[in-house]
Amino acid sequence: MAEQEKDMLTIYVMGKAYDVPKGLTIMKAMEYAGYQFIRGCGCRGGFCGACGTVYRTEDSYKVKVGLACQTEIEDGMYLVQLPFYPATKKKYDIETLEPTTQTLVRHYPEIMRCISCNSCTKICPQDIMVMDYVNAAIRGDYERVADLSFDCIMCGLCASRCPAEIVQYNVALLARRITGAKLLKRSPHLQERLKELEAGKFDDGIKELMAASQEELSEMFYDKKVRDIEPA
Amino acid sequence: MYPEKMNESIRRLEATRKERMKQEFPMRTAEQKKELLEGFHPDYIKASMRELVLGPNKGDRTPHELADVLEAWPVLEPGGLDLANPEYDVDVLVIGGGGAGVAAALVAQEAGADVLLVTKLRIGDANTMMAQGGIQAADKANDSPERHYLDVLGGGHFKNEPELARALVMDAPGIIDWLEELGVMFDKEPDGTMITIHGGGTSRKRMHAARDYTGAEIMRVLRDEFQNRDVPKTEFAAATELLTDAKGAVSGAVLVNLETGRKCAVRAKTVILATGGCGRLHMQGFPCTNHYGATADGLVLAYRVGARLAFIDTIQYHPTGVAYPEQILGQLITEKVRGVGAQLVNSEGNRFIYELESRDTTASAIIRECKGEGRGIDTPTGGVGVWLDSPLIEVLKGKGSVKATLPAMYHQFERYGIEMDKVPVLTYPTQHYQNGGVLVDDTGHTGVKNLFAAGEVVGGIHGRNRLMGNSLLDILVFGRRAGKAAAEAAKAMEKAPDMGLKHMDAFKAELNKAGIPEDRKSPMLLPDYRRPEMRRPYPFLANECVQPAVK
Repeated sequence: MAEQEKDMLTIYVMGKAYDVPKGLTIMKAMEYAGYQFIRGCGCRGGFCGACGTVYRTEDSYKVKVGLACQTEIEDGMYLVQLPFYPATKKKYDIETLEPTTQTLVRHYPEIMRCISCNSCTKICPQDIMVMDYVNAAIRGDYERVADLSFDCIMCGLCASRCPAEIVQYNVALLARRITGAKLLKRSPHLQERLKELEAGKFDDGIKELMAASQEELSEMFYDKKVRDIEPA
Repeated sequence: MYPEKMNESIRRLEATRKERMKQEFPMRTAEQKKELLEGFHPDYIKASMRELVLGPNKGDRTPHELADVLEAWPVLEPGGLDLANPEYDVDVLVIGGGGAGVAAALVAQEAGADVLLVTKLRIGDANTMMAQGGIQAADKANDSPERHYLDVLGGGHFKNEPELARALVMDAPGIIDWLEELGVMFDKEPDGTMITIHGGGTSRKRMHAARDYTGAEIMRVLRDEFQNRDVPKTEFAAATELLTDAKGAVSGAVLVNLETGRKCAVRAKTVILATGGCGRLHMQGFPCTNHYGATADGLVLAYRVGARLAFIDTIQYHPTGVAYPEQILGQLITEKVRGVGAQLVNSEGNRFIYELESRDTTASAIIRECKGEGRGIDTPTGGVGVWLDSPLIEVLKGKGSVKATLPAMYHQFERYGIEMDKVPVLTYPTQHYQNGGVLVDDTGHTGVKNLFAAGEVVGGIHGRNRLMGNSLLDILVFGRRAGKAAAEAAKAMEKAPDMGLKHMDAFKAELNKAGIPEDRKSPMLLPDYRRPEMRRPYPFLANECVQPAVK
């Protein structure tokens, strides 16, 4: 007789066994088991970094990771959530920072201690090449750091594994902010619009619209001559 | 990886792709929209709502789930609370740590106020973090704030509060400028020109984005700035009740430490509610896109001190929630997927709606296709949905464009073996946004003395339906406005008003008169997703609150 597929799986939450229905995410499986989250649960959609989870399975020596809200359970999974990990964060005035090759190293000199072990990249639940952006940070290559780190949700798992005690995600955040504020060109059309607003160019037009009745507004809205649609 | 039955349907979709690419799909007229909404939008199901029997909105209709938390007994037991010795004494108390709350706190502190920000989860655990598609601002030469205004009103069925819509569109370019100065990385051409696209219901391409992490990018920058400026904060502290003086003016709040259960009082000259929306009430059993803490707490707190709510009979169902795989059911597929060219396709391989109609219209069309016409695609677990033809983006914009413009989306599906640059994704509407909320003026004032509000908790800006990209905008426009006004009001006050719970006694009398069952308590604070037989009162509260009936 063929082995019947199991409807219930066993997971081990911090070593304690729970039987839970197959097909759930780690988060829903823990709730099914009776856990109620205060820590370790934020957006439930893969964006906030609250539910980083570390686990092992019996078939491998490897440490695996996933976001509890996005990762399906496996039979025999030994897991623990890591909702918080202590981190250093430098304070700075973004206005006065200069994008020199030294700025990142000056704020976070520990990045020079990177031994290129790649533990950070291996543990990242977002599949970010963390070690590569740390190396780019050492070189002062802001745009490379910004590009490689863009999907970071700041869950902190990289920092938990780093033998050089680097808090990678705060280095990346500083690099991205400098890139956004100092390296990307400001939008000429935005500055132009701000001047027009300052000069009151739209004040009368808005006033007229505010005074219009619902019927008048509806007419304007559906009139293709008044409200033409920019082609896609 | 789809089951074979779904793969069959994908082959039908692939067969029509070439034809569909050339097809111009007409937009709905006002009459056609009305017919679609009345026939298929969940708000139009009469039995889903009831009239409130007490409070400032007595007689107004609202979903049962919201009525249940508004017409409920305070979860706070005042025993052991020392109001004579508050733990904090500040000028401005901000309740909520999302985009609106953090923006309000930054501006209030800049204006010279002593600020405290409290939040029941962590700063940034908010719907702001999850907003993907973009933020609207009329900052290009072919666009204008007037056009933006007309789009906002059209989306809102022309019911919006005009002064709020004016503030929204006129402040928008300044908000983009502020974010750029703080270091938010918008998608731009090398010369600085913003890369902008359409959203549902826009007449100009004014959606600014940061890949498909727009809200996350804004939130992580604001949070970093908040930390740089040492704004005082306390996390995992839930506000369970506002405090008022003898005349009913707001004078602070009661907090509960969610980890230790300890209660404390905050005295404040002014309070800004920035508590977000109500997705976790799960209207009509819909799954939702919202963060864990979206439980309408701010509406409950404001209602008890006499604030009026607006448009509480309209909930936004996002047209494209995940319908497969089951594990991420109801999570968001950003509107940007349609903005960059993906089409909605039924089981026969045909389009059935112009993809960038406003959200209420598009959602209704998908529901009609699945429930009315029987042209949906069934999932193995009994669900249904329509296809979102995402590989079409690769055809239109070039190979690799899905991964480049929608990395978060790609990642979300790829975890389940679905590569959305090669195969379509299955979608169905999901509860997304609270269109209504606490009515405010254009400074964010609620009409109750010393009480301000900003963000999703507010109602009136978007009328009966919000357009994509106007919520990331509104939380910052009104967060900043409320922060400034609350700081100024606090500075003009000689001393903080007295603190008491008299409003609670008055509200209890109304509950008693209306015969509201005594075991119905709110605010909910956090939804309880344990199996019903596993549920027991929170360790941090003496009582169990109202809980959603379904997940």
